[in-house]
Amino acid sequence: MNLDARIPEGPLAQKWDKFRRDAKLVNPANKRKYDIIVVGTGLAGASAAATFGELGYNVKSFCIQDSPRRAHSVAAQGGINAAKNYQNDGDSVYRLFYDTIKGGDFRAREANVYRLAQVSGNIIDQCVAQGVPFAREYSGYLSNRSFGGAQVSRTFYARGQTGQQLLLGAYQSLMRQVNLGTVKLFPRTEMLDLVVVNGHAKGIITRNLITGAIESHAADAVVLATGGYGNAWYLSTNAQGSNATAIWRAHKKGACFANPCYAQIHPTCIPVSGDSQSKLTLMSESLRNDGRVWVPKKKGDKRAPGAIPEDERDYYLERKYPSYGNLAPRDISSRAAKQVCDEGRGVGESGLGVYLDFSAAIQRLGEAKIAERYGNLFDMYHEITGESAYKVPMRIFPAIHYTMGGLWVDYNLMSNLPGLFVAGEANFSDHGANRLGASALMQGLADGYFVLPYTIGDYLASQKPGSRPKTDATEFQQAEKEAREQLQKLLAIRGKRTVTDFHKHLGKIMWEYCGMARNETGLKKALELIPALQEEFWKDVNIPGESSDLNQSLERAGRVADYFELAELIVRDALVRDESCGGHFREEHQEEGECKRNDEQFAYVAAWEYKGVDQAPVLNKEPLHYEELHLATRSYK
Amino acid sequence: MNVTLKVWRQEGPETPGKFVRYAAQNLSPNMSFLEMLDTVNETITKSGEEPIAFDHDCREGICGMCSCIINGEPHGPEKKVATCQTYLRSFKDGETITIEPFRAKAFPLIKDLIVNRSAFDRIIQAGGFVSTSAGSAPDGNAIPVPKQHTDAAMDAAACIGCGACVAACKNASAMLFVSAKVSHLNLLPQGQTEKERRVLGMVEQMDQEGFGACTVTGSCEAVCPKGISLNFIAKMNRDYFGALLRGSPKATVESV
Amino acid sequence: MNLLSGLFNSSLGKKFLMALTGVALVMFVVVHMVGNLQFFLGREVLNHYAHVLKSNPEILWPSRIGLLSCVIIHITMAIWLTIENRTKRLTGYAVQDAGAASLASRTMIYSGTIIGAFIVYHLLHYTVLLQSINLTGRDFSVFRDVHGQPDVYRMMIIGFSNSAVSGFYLLGVGLLCFHLSHGIWAMLQTLGLVNETYRTTIERASVIGAGLLFIGYASIPVTILTGLVK
Repeated sequence: MNLDARIPEGPLAQKWDKFRRDAKLVNPANKRKYDIIVVGTGLAGASAAATFGELGYNVKSFCIQDSPRRAHSVAAQGGINAAKNYQNDGDSVYRLFYDTIKGGDFRAREANVYRLAQVSGNIIDQCVAQGVPFAREYSGYLSNRSFGGAQVSRTFYARGQTGQQLLLGAYQSLMRQVNLGTVKLFPRTEMLDLVVVNGHAKGIITRNLITGAIESHAADAVVLATGGYGNAWYLSTNAQGSNATAIWRAHKKGACFANPCYAQIHPTCIPVSGDSQSKLTLMSESLRNDGRVWVPKKKGDKRAPGAIPEDERDYYLERKYPSYGNLAPRDISSRAAKQVCDEGRGVGESGLGVYLDFSAAIQRLGEAKIAERYGNLFDMYHEITGESAYKVPMRIFPAIHYTMGGLWVDYNLMSNLPGLFVAGEANFSDHGANRLGASALMQGLADGYFVLPYTIGDYLASQKPGSRPKTDATEFQQAEKEAREQLQKLLAIRGKRTVTDFHKHLGKIMWEYCGMARNETGLKKALELIPALQEEFWKDVNIPGESSDLNQSLERAGRVADYFELAELIVRDALVRDESCGGHFREEHQEEGECKRNDEQFAYVAAWEYKGVDQAPVLNKEPLHYEELHLATRSYK
Repeated sequence: MNVTLKVWRQEGPETPGKFVRYAAQNLSPNMSFLEMLDTVNETITKSGEEPIAFDHDCREGICGMCSCIINGEPHGPEKKVATCQTYLRSFKDGETITIEPFRAKAFPLIKDLIVNRSAFDRIIQAGGFVSTSAGSAPDGNAIPVPKQHTDAAMDAAACIGCGACVAACKNASAMLFVSAKVSHLNLLPQGQTEKERRVLGMVEQMDQEGFGACTVTGSCEAVCPKGISLNFIAKMNRDYFGALLRGSPKATVESV
Repeated sequence: MNLLSGLFNSSLGKKFLMALTGVALVMFVVVHMVGNLQFFLGREVLNHYAHVLKSNPEILWPSRIGLLSCVIIHITMAIWLTIENRTKRLTGYAVQDAGAASLASRTMIYSGTIIGAFIVYHLLHYTVLLQSINLTGRDFSVFRDVHGQPDVYRMMIIGFSNSAVSGFYLLGVGLLCFHLSHGIWAMLQTLGLVNETYRTTIERASVIGAGLLFIGYASIPVTILTGLVK
């Protein structure tokens, strides 16, 4: 397959202008003749749907939650980056672009990232106009803070709820369009399949999660903004409902899946406390500014932390990385924690945790100062664990947080299937092999407010108004039939094990063999274990109830069925990518514990093509050309 | 620890519901309330019955999806947390815990503990926004916003739209929810141009949806997982009567 | 939107009418108490005050009509809202937890109903001077002081010397003040006069004010019953 990224010619800084100059436009009177489907209502989906409505298109907006406001973008805490340079500290579009490419370990597409940096400022303006209550100084002007991977203060924030506030801004705009009649909402509706007619994406099949009704929706273009697939590892910081079904089924209909093995593991999450744990909660990384990370020197030392004398503690980050110490980069800290736990020196009930100790900082600065800096985080930790981090060290452990991989898209955010656009975490576009903090919100909103509204018009202008197929076309009928059959097949199994049981098991395999550190032997083992478990799933899963009403087991079963297939692809991709880069760490390729990239062989985007059940997927490579930057070793030493 | 659950089970809106007892055993006090429900559901599923349907998503207290009345209190016994942030250590070993859905005419029941809260979306549609389209915004620093206004707007905007305020109110009033959104936008300079039609439109929609009137009992504020203050209701009342006195037109559909 | 239709058609409007009439009624309750307390200044002062009030019908009757309208609007809106509110939750909870709602706030309609009955009795007792309900067998309307004016002072002493009458009076004003302990603050809240800075003060002032009103009103029958004033 020939993957054309359709990057405009010309100097990097002028590519977006050139695109906008050349893009075809849809006449204002014709816009209402086009229907656009947007699946997902997070930052990317809600902002795209609202903006399409503002432009005059007819929009159908789908989400699995009971309200668009609940999409998981709501949980983002830290902030959103923008190259505003309000702090006069040397920020610029170029610097944001550079930081993002470097943070992504030189595995992202230059042109996309540059455009992201270019529109970042507009996002802040737009959000302020919507009434997003960003933090402000006493002057009344916007406040900024600094964040990982950058030397400037460019992060805008609304307390610890930036994602929530940005999402509410987009949601409010979306509600305005619903009121105006340009957008129709479909809450509690899950996309089960993509409908492709004559090679173009022209609709979706959905299931109404309350009535179980399977329905067809036709449109002139389809936008998927359904988030990431971190739940393939079972335990992650994602919401329970976050799933890969929409993008996976689009993949099975022909859309290439890019870089599935790139997943970000966040070092400071609250550790697992039991077998019944359903999700992991992130604690802001800022805690490492004042906390010291340690484990006991002795294996299996179960003494209370206070009872372990100073000389029997191993402050392993300070020991291994004397210059960076506790502020070592995310991937390094995560891997180091895994290492000490593998040695049997982990703390807590499960042995999967390390201490983050504030006693030195409290002694130095006083409890009041620490409370002022981290009070809300300490409260959150107390809520979850019942322990006070002022008295005993926090226990932390890394967790799957964000997936950089996703459906392959070109410069226009269109997949290799014409008419299928993918935005936000669901695409692979901007973060390369690792995402910097406060960049996910920026990307989601850039895609929805400022990129898709232009690029989708360019596509629609090539489609005759009124040319979209009707839902009684054979493609729709066939897809509906297949969707129904799959549900019936799942329900007919009536085995012994629950969906959650299988999902947990899959998660364990993924975490063990395709988690923070991967190696050939492990990945190959996973490639044996996953299909075996998958086979068992299809024989022995137990889904009570029917498909004709609200059935949460059935919803989950469909998603887990997809995770099996996706997990296999993730592992396959991790195996083929025989280098270490960003979040993908192959133990065979390291230099003093750091990622060792292999630019000669792997400076490409791996775009996997589905070939059918029991067929090996085909790897297509989109080479990454660095015109502006030179590939350099990412060093944080 | 062990607890006994008394859970409201109802197959659908039209079928009658009833309480069913379940034993939940060998639980850790550090388990979250929803994980306890997960565990019970695993057991129910293995017996071939349909598990208890309940709403949940982010499980970190921000999405507003989880609901439930636990022993008569929305989101359970702890203050300023959602059901998903409730842990078993807040209960006694051997306790019987009664779990009911949010009850309000405006929140029709869907199944078991799940209710339909779309009324909240329709209230926002009636004016809970600033009519700005992407592309038209001035620079973010063009209009300074006094810090105390931003902070107060943020206090209001922290609402997660869970509906606990409605569930707790003896009149099933949505005043706290509506006032939080009205105040969030009406406190900011960006929200001023539509201040009056916003409050009139949203209050009218609130009444139409079948929510009750406010009796200022303060139950809503007490159960709110985000601690939204009753002061915002006072602020909304001010805005509402100001708009009424001036005879402002209510929010209506603009022409496109 | 039109003010009148807004007031009568929205839940907020009805609450606003209740609060506005509430303000008028609270003011009356305060003025009435101040008037009554002149009892402690002696027969001369109290009877003169009563005479002044009664001898200005051009003030008295508009006030009476105004107050009566307020009472009618207040009660009508209360009943209307209560009926509406009761339809907002079709299935109740198996476990009820009052949570933060005070007893006064939850029982406004009940305290209000009894206060309504008390007001009717009170008017018949001391304004209409209906002999059959004062339980003393005396006709208050013939009491005259040395100036030939109605002797309100004597009427109060004799009226409250009956412990059943005083008891019902204490219950009435007690419930009134209980009603006001929530009502004053709720009324200011509904009128939008509460903000973060003054909230706690207003809530406390509401309870303290209601308490002071009770002491003021109760002091008269209590002193009479205990024989401190004869």
